[in-house]
Amino acid sequence: MRRRSTVKTALFAAIVTLSGVFGNLFLSIGLRSGEANLSYTPSGLVKFIFSPLILLGVTLLIFWLLSRMTLLSWADLSFVLPVTSFGYVMTVLLGRYFLAESVSAWRWTGTVLITLGSVLVGITPHQTTGASSTERAAQ
Amino acid sequence: MKWVWVLVIVLATTGGEVLQTMGMKKHGEIHDFRPGALGRVLGALARNWYVVVSIVLMGVSFFAFVELLAVADMSFAVPATAGSLVLETVMAKYVLKERVSQTRWMGAVLVACGVALLAL
Repeated sequence: MRRRSTVKTALFAAIVTLSGVFGNLFLSIGLRSGEANLSYTPSGLVKFIFSPLILLGVTLLIFWLLSRMTLLSWADLSFVLPVTSFGYVMTVLLGRYFLAESVSAWRWTGTVLITLGSVLVGITPHQTTGASSTERAAQ
Repeated sequence: MKWVWVLVIVLATTGGEVLQTMGMKKHGEIHDFRPGALGRVLGALARNWYVVVSIVLMGVSFFAFVELLAVADMSFAVPATAGSLVLETVMAKYVLKERVSQTRWMGAVLVACGVALLAL
């Protein structure tokens, strides 16, 4: 049961990380392409949200929010935050290999630190505030 | 002006995520992923005030981040807002009563330092 819980946690951490990375990527490309300008009138907000790249980014970020809430229903916040920060590393790699952005030595050092930090937190128990309902049911 | 947006993002993100964790722990673990069960979960969460307020705060954080991107580079915006990670770990320990081990502290600090380095 514990192994199943660990696999479920790893799966949801991966879903949260990927949806966050690609949501932010499409949002960023949409904002930079000039296809959408944010204005705080009802029609302006609708026009902003429904421009294609922004809509794709926002949809992925809604999925990110829901999957993250699901993960937080059993895992610690202090576990989820660093583990899903691996998304920063993916953002740098996507920028380097797909958008041909230059990545400085400092940025590579940063990605190594984030990877180490995520791995360190990843080996700690994902829940420290009591047994999960799945585990309680098994007892 | 960009530091005002950073402050708004850090405070709204921290408050939102702590409240979201409290709301989800109050709801209990989700283990049924069939569409009907997920619909019932969404209905229950819509009546969970911790979750409702947390989503409002996440919305504030999102729009503040969009405003920050309009006046600052992505390479400044992302690392500058990473300060929320350490603040949230402190809140997790003292407000959510999570047992934050030395290993977990080290990991959180490494991640925060790494994100800051991405700005260089």
